[in-house]
Amino acid sequence: MGAEARERVLVAMSGGVDSSLTAALLVESGAEVVGITMHLAGDASRCCSLEDADDARRVAEQLGVRFFVANYTQRFEEEVIQPFADSYLAGRTPIPCAACNKRFKFDYLIERARILGAAKVATGHYARVRQDPESGRYELRRPADRAKDQTYFLFQLDQSQLARSAFPLGELTKEEVRERARALGLATADKPESQEICFVPDGDYAKLVEAVRPEAGTLDGEIVDEVGRVLGRHRGIHRFTVGQRHGLGISADRRLYVTQLEPETRRVVVGGVKALDAEGAIIDEVHWIAGETPGHPVRGRVQIRHRHEGASACIEPLAGGGARVIFDRPVRAVAPGQAAVFYAGPADDADGERVLGGGWIREAVR
Amino acid sequence: MRIYLDHNATTPLRDEVIEASAAALRDLYGNPSSTHAEGAAARAALARAREQVAGCLGVAPGGVYFTSGASESNNSVLRALAGGASAVTRLVISNVEHPSVVEPAAWLEKCGVGVTRLSVDAEGLLEPDAVADAAAGADLVSLIWANNETGVVQPMQAIAERLREIGVPLHVDATQAVGKWPVDMKRVPVDWLSCSAHKLNGPKGVGCLAVAEGRDIEPLVLGGGQERGRRGGTENIPGIVGFGVACELARAECGARMQRYAALRDRLWDGIRKRVPRVRRNGAADRVLPNTLNLEIEGTPGEVLLEALDLEGVAVSAGAACHSGSVKASHVLSAMGRTPEQARASLRLSVGHGNDAGQIDRVVEILETLVRRAREAA
Repeated sequence: MGAEARERVLVAMSGGVDSSLTAALLVESGAEVVGITMHLAGDASRCCSLEDADDARRVAEQLGVRFFVANYTQRFEEEVIQPFADSYLAGRTPIPCAACNKRFKFDYLIERARILGAAKVATGHYARVRQDPESGRYELRRPADRAKDQTYFLFQLDQSQLARSAFPLGELTKEEVRERARALGLATADKPESQEICFVPDGDYAKLVEAVRPEAGTLDGEIVDEVGRVLGRHRGIHRFTVGQRHGLGISADRRLYVTQLEPETRRVVVGGVKALDAEGAIIDEVHWIAGETPGHPVRGRVQIRHRHEGASACIEPLAGGGARVIFDRPVRAVAPGQAAVFYAGPADDADGERVLGGGWIREAVR
Repeated sequence: MRIYLDHNATTPLRDEVIEASAAALRDLYGNPSSTHAEGAAARAALARAREQVAGCLGVAPGGVYFTSGASESNNSVLRALAGGASAVTRLVISNVEHPSVVEPAAWLEKCGVGVTRLSVDAEGLLEPDAVADAAAGADLVSLIWANNETGVVQPMQAIAERLREIGVPLHVDATQAVGKWPVDMKRVPVDWLSCSAHKLNGPKGVGCLAVAEGRDIEPLVLGGGQERGRRGGTENIPGIVGFGVACELARAECGARMQRYAALRDRLWDGIRKRVPRVRRNGAADRVLPNTLNLEIEGTPGEVLLEALDLEGVAVSAGAACHSGSVKASHVLSAMGRTPEQARASLRLSVGHGNDAGQIDRVVEILETLVRRAREAA
């Protein structure tokens, strides 16, 4: 301990190319890197499996850095997988990666880093963190590679977490990441991207929900149109997402979309494309990155799902920690359960749009 | 400089062992089963090592069968029961055994053998009369002499004598005891005893099963008649030679080692007790291996402390073992009534050859800082 020449950094290594290069870049910068793989879900899952831990270990060996595997499977089951299933059963479309990032990659890893004497936790997220020289506040900004932007999943980070976070890939494009990983000969340089939610490797969410909550398999109900006419039956609302068009199992003379899920009546409401349009949304549990809730409505761009380009809107903080979002133009398929993330600044800001904060969509305002 | 305080996991080799094993690797390449001079040289070395090991354990040289280590020896003794497996076959073990006894016992159970698992008390100890009561009519009792995690030493003399009285055979896993506790089969009447070289500054991959006079073993590995037909396979001569030297050193030094280790371990405990609040020992402090200190450091994650100590150059082990990445609370601490939370807050520090007082003081200092950090971070 005592005065150490090199800053110790804990790097969350998933076994993918992004976090592998993150570790490599920090080694290049002279930091003392300690790699850690979080074992989160069972062996069968894609991004959290021990096979991936072995890949991470291989890269750590290549880089000559220490490496550990941290077991968080029990907490992950309780804090991510079960709420994910319950959210579907409540008629929402959950986005587990945001909660996982906040709790696991930041709360828990930062706690671990403090014990390990590491000043920071670095991850392979595509995002940028800046400290504003005037206010001293930390800002979360979109990365250089907009196509890989992961700020949508990081909106819950607070000032103390941002102060201890590093995202070395924020200035790079995915192609540059792969090139540099290849140039360094990293074992994971050409590893395919993981797209799915890590604990649902086959993308079959309904099966996962029914495995976690077996009663889900018995919760069948009616599919109705806007005026309540019964068009068919379904095998559980957890099989549906607002905006969904396929897999309804009903024939109609017009294109029908899921417009609403009603957990109390177990009804799936469908309607034409127009019925998907929302004027706004009510957002719960809004977290403001700057640490303070604005005292007045603010203008910004609101992103309502991963890969949504964002819509200009007025964001009005509500008493009790929520917010009301009013879009300049109607937005399609606002799904309860997804995150609404607020951005400030022009979309072409060279420093990346700044994340103001965000929260969870309770309902669309039509 | 690293400080190695994980001698219950494995030990560094003594120089004398390295020299003997290296010489054997180089020179004793003959097959002990061969008639020629090269074979005879290897055979002589094998016989010499057998005497050294036998002398250390207090058994006749003819009772020593070399194996790949205590896991194999344990399997060898337990799995022999399967031959006579029937509803009436019964095995008695404790609930703090090593996996190399736990797993064969579970396998035997599936084969129809009745398995009784005796509970230790909160200190990790068995009561000799209770063992004898449970063992009445059993075909075999298999117990760990000194526990690998807590270092708690069972009252084996009394247990063995009671079992001898009622005529129930006893197998003892003495892997942790040999070299740091007096182990003498002439004095303690056990029928079979397993141990590994690498726990007493010998090489890995070698150990033995020591068999008392009048007892035999069923071979686990059938083959070319080696080890008097009890263990097939060409003998691991460099390993066995190193094991022999390690046993000779252990026999000569056991008393002095026990004193030295106890002094270091007590220095460690005194330092920690004075400087780290809310810490307690797991297991009977007066019935424990002289080198082992198993601690519960209240409210700290043992697994993370282990990593933090490692980064500061100190090797220890945690109360929750990580097998291929998944952490399970120690079954030994659970058996002693510790909650999963307490087991997760536990660390095992085990001293041995190469440690000195300066290292111990340094570890106390480092641990004090890390525990403070851990409690602040929580």
